[in-house]
Amino acid sequence: MSKISLIIKREYLSRVKKKSFLIMTIIGPILFAGIFIVPIWLTTQKPDKQTYEVIDESHLLINLIPEKEGIIHFDYPPITLKQAQEGLYDTKYDGILWIPPQLMEQPAIKIFFKDKIGLTTTEYISTTISGMLYNIMMIQNKVDVNLIKDAQQKSQFTLITEKIKENGKSEKTNVGVNFAIGLVASILIYFFIFFYGVQVMRGVMEEKTSRIVEVILSSVKPFQLMMGKIIGIALVGLTQFLLWIILTGTITTVLSATVLKGVDMKQIQHKEEIIKKGENLDYKNMKQIEQNDLFEGLDAIKSINFTEILLCFLFYFLGAYLLYASMFAAVGSAVDSEADTQQFMMPITIPLILGMVVSTFVMSNPDSSIGFWFSIIPFTSPIVMMARLPNGGVPAWELALSMSLLVITFILMTWLAGRIYRTGILMYGKKVTWRELGKWLFYRG
Amino acid sequence: MNILSAKNIVKRYASHTALNDVTVEIPRQSIFGLLGPNGAGKTSLIRIINQITGPDSGEVLFEGERLTQKHVEQIGYLPEERGLYKKMGVGEQALYLAQLKGMKKSEAKVKLKEWFEKFEIDAWWNKKVEELSKGMQQKVQFIVTVLHEPKLLILDEPFSGFDPINANLIKNEILDLKKKGSTILFSTHNMGSVEELCDNIALINKSRKVLDGSVKEIRKQYKTNVFELEFTGNMMGFTNAMWTGAELLEHNTDGEHNKAKIKLLGKTTGNDLLQAIIPVAQIQSFHEMVPSMNDIFIKVVGDENAMGTQSNFTE
Repeated sequence: MSKISLIIKREYLSRVKKKSFLIMTIIGPILFAGIFIVPIWLTTQKPDKQTYEVIDESHLLINLIPEKEGIIHFDYPPITLKQAQEGLYDTKYDGILWIPPQLMEQPAIKIFFKDKIGLTTTEYISTTISGMLYNIMMIQNKVDVNLIKDAQQKSQFTLITEKIKENGKSEKTNVGVNFAIGLVASILIYFFIFFYGVQVMRGVMEEKTSRIVEVILSSVKPFQLMMGKIIGIALVGLTQFLLWIILTGTITTVLSATVLKGVDMKQIQHKEEIIKKGENLDYKNMKQIEQNDLFEGLDAIKSINFTEILLCFLFYFLGAYLLYASMFAAVGSAVDSEADTQQFMMPITIPLILGMVVSTFVMSNPDSSIGFWFSIIPFTSPIVMMARLPNGGVPAWELALSMSLLVITFILMTWLAGRIYRTGILMYGKKVTWRELGKWLFYRG
Repeated sequence: MNILSAKNIVKRYASHTALNDVTVEIPRQSIFGLLGPNGAGKTSLIRIINQITGPDSGEVLFEGERLTQKHVEQIGYLPEERGLYKKMGVGEQALYLAQLKGMKKSEAKVKLKEWFEKFEIDAWWNKKVEELSKGMQQKVQFIVTVLHEPKLLILDEPFSGFDPINANLIKNEILDLKKKGSTILFSTHNMGSVEELCDNIALINKSRKVLDGSVKEIRKQYKTNVFELEFTGNMMGFTNAMWTGAELLEHNTDGEHNKAKIKLLGKTTGNDLLQAIIPVAQIQSFHEMVPSMNDIFIKVVGDENAMGTQSNFTE
């Protein structure tokens, strides 16, 4: 077995056999599944039933405020505000809704509550009453409310986005889905670089501080040791991701089949919509729009070239890791303790964070020149390009330029990092400065 | 033929020269001591021989061939600052390091078992290194260094960290390996072990080689013709008996018993001195004071440093 494969094997096995790897492998998917499941599960949970007593001194809304079955109820006891306030704790009510006498002239409404009030309740009350006031004003001004309702309904439309390809044919796209794919890809690359890059750095520091490095370097070249570690840890990462994908898939499937049994997804969305929009839209219309959305979404997903995106993702995923891992290795070799890494971490973290910031911007502005430049510059290109790709419209030459620059920079960077590494790894007890690192580049090996 | 010749090695770092035209010849099947004060350049030379770094100029020959990566399998190296992967199993780690030296896994396993039994650490095969005492870790490191039966063994301060019993164990192993045909390059500050073990030495000071040769020759060369004489009798008579051919350097007496250090001048021999003394004193012992390696080290390095900037090429 060649020496570099021995090193890769050791780096891989020593990490995969660790308990922490097993724990991360199990906890990761639970966390991921949690991110998907919990919000859905939460929306299925009905909030506690709230009952408010309404003291309507304007006499405009008595017995008229729409209720929400099992969620919010209103009673209209014939008492004054003062009486209600004094007696609130002797009643079952959660609070008092006080409507002043000059509601139409000075629109202000007060809620007095016992121990807490939720955002859902306040939003519901304000949108509902606002809708009612709107209607009252229409009636007072002799406007036909039905006419307006009709106009509102008829003016609802569906926005369909279609992309025209070079051959003149068009296909539907869904900006939301593209956005999500781009975001997930960018985040995965970002996360992978940080998590496993730091592992490379720690691994290098471990060898340096435990002083085993000199023994190993009497058998292999420093570059072999560095690359063996980088590749070994990449394989650990890929293994972990693969296990996560499999486990997350399994857990999500199992959970959706059990915990979320009987939860109608459309129902959930509908409920949210209603709460948001008050009673202005009627149910029938909503359903129509939703179905359109759904069909359009499916259509658009079909239009995404998954093979291309997946291949590009793998390329940028590994390219980005290899580019940054060698820098992490160089940093690890230059310092004696983790505390000293800070000053050298800055230039590594800044392009990564910048990449993330630009990629969220690019998702809403796919054609911006910022998006172009940042997806060409190798230090940010993996993250930004992955945000651009799902939207389509990236010319082949741009992709080719971005990829080849990434490969060239990776080779150059690994070479530079290798030069810093082979000097740094044998240098002890010296506070290393940037200038010092620069000098190391020119030492003869 | 020498197993290793390092010729005119120069190694410079940005701010100083670590090795300045150093030439070292190591004869086959011998123990070669590489001596010098801290920071003299010993470790730099050892790293060059191990191909951990390269020289700026000069060349290293291994059995007459230019040193290349293929030779690493014939060299075993125990660095001064040494360690192991703390979280890794002892046996697993030893196997890994042996394979990096080009051994087959199965072969390495058999040999490791033998050595582990010999050093009485076979019960620790599956333990993690961090559970081992420092002495035991040192044993493991020594085993890993010699396991692949290298032709050239480089030991940097091999005895540091060992208790006297284990140090003796290692010493006997080193002598045994030499008997079996290995050559040992041995770097140390312990001059006692140099006299005991080394056939040849090279002394490096301030990045230059200042002395080399066989230990016997060097000690002979640095003899100062001083003799120590113990006797009973009259000190007055003794001094009168001395003549211009000898100089009394030091004299101790408790009244009856005398001890004197005498330097012989010119062509005077020990016999001449004794002939003059015998009539006046009762001689108990008489021997030449051969300088120890420690004395030579201090003298050579001290003289060098006293010469000051003349020999200072480090800055």
